[in-house]
Amino acid sequence: MRKSVFLGTVAAATLFAGLASAGTLDDVKARGQLLCGSNTGLTGFGSPDASGNWTGLDVDVCRAVAAAVFGDSTKVKFVPLTGETRFTALQSGEVDVLVRNSTWTYSRDTDLKLDFVAVNYYDGQGFMVKKDLGVSSAKELDGATVCIQSGTTTELNLADFFKTNKISYTPVNVADDAEALRQFEAGACDAYTTDASGLAASRAGLSSPQDYVILPEIISKEPLGPAVRHGDSAWGDVIRWSYFTMLIAEEKGITKANVDEIVKAATDDTNYDPEVRRLLGVDGDMGKLMGVDAKFAYNIIKQVGNYGESFEANVGTNTPIGLARGLNALWTQGGLQYAPPLR
Amino acid sequence: MASPLFVRNDMLPPLPPPAGERGVVKWLRENLFSSVLNSVLTLLACLAVLWLASFILPWLAHSVWNASSLAECREKIAASFGPEAAGPCWAVIRLRWNQFLFGLYPQAEYWRPTTAAALMMVSLSPVLYYGLRRPALNITVTMTVLLVLALIGLGTDWGHIVLSVAIMLALMAVAATAPKRLLWLTLLFPFIAFFLIWGGPIWTAVGTLAGFVIFALVWQFVQKPLGVVVGAGVGLVVAAIWWTSLQSSVTGVLAAALPWGLPYVVSDNIGGFLLAFVIGITAISASLPIGVLLALGRRSDMPLIHSLSVGFIEFFRGVPLITVLFAANFLLLYFLPPRTNFDLILRVIIVVIIFASAYIAEVIRGGLAALPRGQYEAADALGLDYWQAQRLIIMPQALKISIPGIVSSFIGLFKDTTLVALVGLMDPLQGVTKIVRSDNAWKGLYWEPYIFVGGIFFLVCFSMSRYSMYLERKLKTDHR
Repeated sequence: MRKSVFLGTVAAATLFAGLASAGTLDDVKARGQLLCGSNTGLTGFGSPDASGNWTGLDVDVCRAVAAAVFGDSTKVKFVPLTGETRFTALQSGEVDVLVRNSTWTYSRDTDLKLDFVAVNYYDGQGFMVKKDLGVSSAKELDGATVCIQSGTTTELNLADFFKTNKISYTPVNVADDAEALRQFEAGACDAYTTDASGLAASRAGLSSPQDYVILPEIISKEPLGPAVRHGDSAWGDVIRWSYFTMLIAEEKGITKANVDEIVKAATDDTNYDPEVRRLLGVDGDMGKLMGVDAKFAYNIIKQVGNYGESFEANVGTNTPIGLARGLNALWTQGGLQYAPPLR
Repeated sequence: MASPLFVRNDMLPPLPPPAGERGVVKWLRENLFSSVLNSVLTLLACLAVLWLASFILPWLAHSVWNASSLAECREKIAASFGPEAAGPCWAVIRLRWNQFLFGLYPQAEYWRPTTAAALMMVSLSPVLYYGLRRPALNITVTMTVLLVLALIGLGTDWGHIVLSVAIMLALMAVAATAPKRLLWLTLLFPFIAFFLIWGGPIWTAVGTLAGFVIFALVWQFVQKPLGVVVGAGVGLVVAAIWWTSLQSSVTGVLAAALPWGLPYVVSDNIGGFLLAFVIGITAISASLPIGVLLALGRRSDMPLIHSLSVGFIEFFRGVPLITVLFAANFLLLYFLPPRTNFDLILRVIIVVIIFASAYIAEVIRGGLAALPRGQYEAADALGLDYWQAQRLIIMPQALKISIPGIVSSFIGLFKDTTLVALVGLMDPLQGVTKIVRSDNAWKGLYWEPYIFVGGIFFLVCFSMSRYSMYLERKLKTDHR
C-alpha cells in the first residue's frame, strides 16, 4: 500500500514535471521575451558593444528566433554565460536556447541531455606560429611549447594530435584568450592553438600581425551550434527552422534589402519560385505548422538578414576577424551549410 | 681689577647637532645603513626598484590618451617613440570608462546610481561619526559638490541635477541642525538605493519597506511581554505574510492609482563597479548584524542555537566562495518551481551575505573571547538581562577589539565581488574587461583595464583601512 502510494506520487511528480517543462514555445510567448544564453564576450560571435547592443553570428540566431516567434528581433534577453555555467543554465531553464559557440559532441548530446538543432558555424582547431620559426605545417612542431587554454576540448585535441603524429610538445596552460596572446607575443610559447575562428581574431589583435602565420592544418571538428533541452522537439524545431530560414534566404538570394521587392514580386506572380512563395508566407501558412506567424521568414530576413549577410557583417572578410566562408559556404558553393527543403 | 672668574651672563645659542646626527643623513644612517648587512640590502633594494622602474617608467611615458582603437594607439606610439617602443593605451579607459563604472546601465540614467552613491556616503556619516556635526556636514557638503560635478560630467539633464541637489541640500540642513537624525537616512537608504538603481514603480520599494515597519511594530509590541527572541520571530512571520501574500496586491493597486516611478533597468545591465558596490555594500552592511547574532549563537548555552550556529559557520567557512556562487546560480533554480524568475544578482547577494556572515561571526567571536570574564560577571551583577548586557557592556568592547579583523574581512569581501564573473555577471575586472576586449578595436589589450580597475579597488580598500585605523584611535580608551 505504502509502496504504491509512493510510486503513484513519483509518477504524478514525473508527469507534472513533464507537463511543467513542456511547451517552451508557449512559455516564451507568455513571457514576451526570448532568453538566449550567449557568450560573456567573444568577438564576432556574441558580445555587447559600447552601448550595450549585442552583435555577432550567434546573436543573430537568437534574433532570428525572436523575429520568428514575436515578429520582433529585439525581444531577446541575452544571458551571458561562462564556459562552466552554460549547460547547467540551459538544463535548469534559466535560458530557452543556448547559442554560445558550443561544440556539438556525442557526450553533450547524450549525457548532458542537450539537443543541438543545427550547426551555425563549422569550426576546427588550428595553430598560429611566429613566421620566423620557419614552420609551414603543424607536423613540424616537434618539441614545441604550445599555449593552450586549460580545461577545454582543444587541450584534449592537442594531445591526440601530437600522439597520433608521434611528436612531442610542452603545453603552457593559460586561462583565457587575452592571456594566451600575451604569453604568445612575449615568446613564452612557440605556437598558440585554439579554434580557427578565434585564431584569426587573435592574430588581428597582435601588435604586428604580419609576423605571425596560421598553419593550414585543422586538427579537429568543432561544429558550433544552438542547443536546446532534451524533450521539447517542438521548440527545437522553431530554432532549427529559424536558422534554416536564414540559409534558404541566402540560397534564394533574398536579402534584408530586397525582401520587400521579392515579397511583392512573389505575390504578383503566381509562377514565382514556389519555395520562395512558401517561405515568405505568400502561398500557404508554413508558420502555423510550428506555431509561429505565417510571415516568420519575412520577419527574420527583414530584421536579421540571411546567413551570408550575418556572416559577412560579423566575421566575414571585411571585418577585422576576416574569416573566409570555407566550410560555412552554402552547399551550392562547396560548403557544408545545407538546409532541408521547406515544404 | 678684573676678577679671575668669568661668568657668562647670556646663554649661548644651542648649536645644531653634528652633521651626522641630524636630518636626512641621520635618518638614512639609522634606517638604511645601520650595519654592513643593512647597507648591502639597501643597495640591492634600490637596484631592484631602479630595475623595475626602468621597465615601467618608459612604458608609462609612452601613454596614449587619444585614439579610437588599439591599432591607432600602436601607430601613435610608433610614430612618436620609434617602432620598438611599447606603451599603455589609456584611450580605452577614456572611451569605455562608463562601462567599467556602470556596465551596460543606460546612459541617460547614470544620474541614478551616482546620486545613490552620494546618498550612500551621507547615510554612512551617522554610522561612521555618530552625532558629530562637523564630519556629517563635511561629508554632506563634499558629496553635494562632487555629485554636482559628477552629474554635469555625465551629461545629466538639468531637471535631475536640480532634483538631486535639492535632496542633498535638504540633507545638509539636517546635518547642520540635527546630525543624529541622519540615521533615518541610513535606515531608509537600502530602499532608496534599490529604487534608484533598479527603478520601476516606487511602490515596490515602499512595500518592501512597509514589511520592515510591520516587523518593527510587531516586535515592539510583542517583545515586552514575551521577550526579544519571540518578538523577533512573531514579527518575522507577520512581515513574511505581508511580503509574500499581501504586498504585491497592495502595491499593484497603488501603482495603478499613482504611477510614480523611474524607468526599470534589468539586472543584466548592471555591471562594473556599480555591481561590485551593490554586492559589496549590501553584503558588508548585512553581514555585520548577522555575524553578531551568529557569534552570540555560537557562544550560547542553548544546544539547538549553539549547534545550528556552529554548523552554519563551519559549513560556509569550509566551502570556497566559488562553490557557493555556483550553487546560487544552478542549485537554487532546480529547487524552485519552473518559470520562477529569481534575479541572479539577488541570488548572488544572498549567498555572499551568508558567506561573509560566517567569517564576521568568527572575527566577532574572537572579540568576545578576548573580553575578561569579569565584564560578563559585572554585567550580571548590575542586574542587566542578556540583551541589555550584550548591548551595553559586551558588544561595544568586543566590536572594538574586532575592528581590524572586521575591516580586513570587509576588504576581502569587497575584492571577492570580482569572483561573480564566474557565474556570468559583469564584474569590473573580468566581465567588463572581456566585453571591452571582444570589441575588434581593442582586441589584444592586456594591462590597461587591469591597472585601471586595480587602482580603483586599491583606493576603496585603502580608504576602508585608513578609516579603521582612525576608528581604532578614536575608540582607544585604555591606558596602554
